[in-house]
Amino acid sequence: MTSRLLSGEADWFDAGRRMAAGEASLVSLWGDEGRMRLCLREADGGLAVVDMAVDRGAFPSIAALHAPASRLERAACDLYGFLALGAPDGRRWLDHGRWPLRHPLGRRAPHDGAADPYAFLEARGPGVHQIPVGPVHAGIIEPGHFRFHAGGEAVVRLEERLGYTHKGIDALMRGANLARGAELAGRVSGDSTVAYAVAFARAAEAALGADAPPRAHWLRGIMAEMERLANHFGDIGAICNDAAFALMLAHCGILRERTLRAAKTAFGHRLMMDVVVPGGAAVDLAPDGIAAIRALVAEARSTFPKLVRLYDNTASLQERTVGTGVLAADLASRFGAGGVVGRASARDVDARRDHAYPPYDALTFAVPTRKAGDVDARIWVRILEVGESLDLIETMLARLPDGPVRRALAPGGGPGEGWALVEGFRGDVFAHLRLAADGTIARCHLRDPSWLQWPLLEAAIEGNIVADFPLCNKSFNGSYSGVDL
Amino acid sequence: MRDTLLQGLLPPLTEAAPAADDPELAALAAAVKDAAARTLGRSLAIRHVDAGSCNGCELEIHALGNAFYDIERFGFRFVASPRHADVLLVTGPVTLNMREALRRTFDATPAPKWVVASGACAADGGAFAGSYAVAGGVAAVLPVDLVIPGCPPSPAALMRGLLALMG
Repeated sequence: MTSRLLSGEADWFDAGRRMAAGEASLVSLWGDEGRMRLCLREADGGLAVVDMAVDRGAFPSIAALHAPASRLERAACDLYGFLALGAPDGRRWLDHGRWPLRHPLGRRAPHDGAADPYAFLEARGPGVHQIPVGPVHAGIIEPGHFRFHAGGEAVVRLEERLGYTHKGIDALMRGANLARGAELAGRVSGDSTVAYAVAFARAAEAALGADAPPRAHWLRGIMAEMERLANHFGDIGAICNDAAFALMLAHCGILRERTLRAAKTAFGHRLMMDVVVPGGAAVDLAPDGIAAIRALVAEARSTFPKLVRLYDNTASLQERTVGTGVLAADLASRFGAGGVVGRASARDVDARRDHAYPPYDALTFAVPTRKAGDVDARIWVRILEVGESLDLIETMLARLPDGPVRRALAPGGGPGEGWALVEGFRGDVFAHLRLAADGTIARCHLRDPSWLQWPLLEAAIEGNIVADFPLCNKSFNGSYSGVDL
Repeated sequence: MRDTLLQGLLPPLTEAAPAADDPELAALAAAVKDAAARTLGRSLAIRHVDAGSCNGCELEIHALGNAFYDIERFGFRFVASPRHADVLLVTGPVTLNMREALRRTFDATPAPKWVVASGACAADGGAFAGSYAVAGGVAAVLPVDLVIPGCPPSPAALMRGLLALMG
């Protein structure tokens, strides 16, 4: 991975223009003290971070040039009180007006906590009506608001309003030590706790010029693939359940539970929370962990292919998933969407391969893609990734190096900066960490892959029937907490 | 195909019912037991509300429905509307952006009703306590009848807590 740091107005505009032209894609955009920063991915896969000084509280909007930056930019403006000059959308994003203050990371100003009005985008036409949904939904899911404009059964426009689970993680990070930072990073999006913990740890290790011991890298790899398995099993079952095929949910639920139980045996926690820490891993693989994981792999290899056949041979299920919620490849590419959502719309990207970090730099695996971009394609990418993860886990267990699992990091090793891009089950998690001289966290920015996927759901649902929204939404499975922070 | 349908579900994977052995849970349950038993018998309609969790709690609440825990055998049912609910199962530190929605969900639930705060965040704000953006635990917003600890509470812990509530 090549990494460059650029700074200045010319580079800032150049980055925006090149992303708009499709020569580079947006990784993230965030605020820091007195400046805005963005990270972009060059066509060759290299990452570059560009800084732009904020002058008298304002900076030139990137969203004005490249729409995918819009929500990230709105969030940064909420947190810092900056003004994005020329921004296409000036509405607040994370700040609903319900906090006792404005600009929690910038110049704080008291606020009475009275909710701000929010003007949803309109759709007009004969018979067009609105359907407001959320923030409290009917199922066991995270809160968010979906505003549908529908003409009869067809969705004319969907607009998402998120931010409901905003916990103020960026502010809690400021001044925290690395242990506390890892605790928070592991709770940005609980379903991706391993991916976040690895991203945070790698960013911290990069900032300190340190490295985790080899065994720790391989344990992190095993945990990351187990997390992918657990989520893919859960998602494949849940998507089929949203197409009224509960049997797949029942069977996939068993495989998911088996995965979590193996994780508990091997690493002491069902979701493997707080196991990955800066410097390595908090615990080694338990003595009976290898047998537990091997048993999981064996059961999945015996059961899962039958479930795949069941999915593939059930016409009523295929009728719901094929051709539903199509995400066009050019849109996915424009937004730089990663993960299942991107790969099901022909994007051949995977941070494990493209930014090969250990242990993946020593492993070979396929990155499955599909062209159709529909619900079916997103299921198939997950199905094929399950197979790859099972192979990877077996290989990593067989080649697991001996040695320590944790290296002490020098306290007060700052100041420094480090960043990392890590492939979670949902896509690439980006972590950027700036440490103060005393080694505490000056700024930690964590970007969930959902930032670049949620807006695409709005496009994919257009023209579909309202009743297919849960199916489409589940096939994307964006994280609410991950983007609300 | 029939083999595929049945294999994996047979032989039964279902766990034995747990005893409500946690003294803290037992004490809390004792406080509501009589009223709950009198009103509900052995049927409990649960409305889950995510008031700002990291989604870890939701994963484990979901697991209650799988073949291992099969919570419906105890009479628990997750319902889509607070108007159908006896119990609000609340997760998360209660963000200020969710506080009103949580209150309105509570107000929409007919009495008698119980509130269960599930997980470390719902108990007292957990890892997010002290943030400008959170109220700091469900009790800061609603009267709480039972707290189920854990980050996140395992399905077994959730099952124990809910069974304790039902007495």
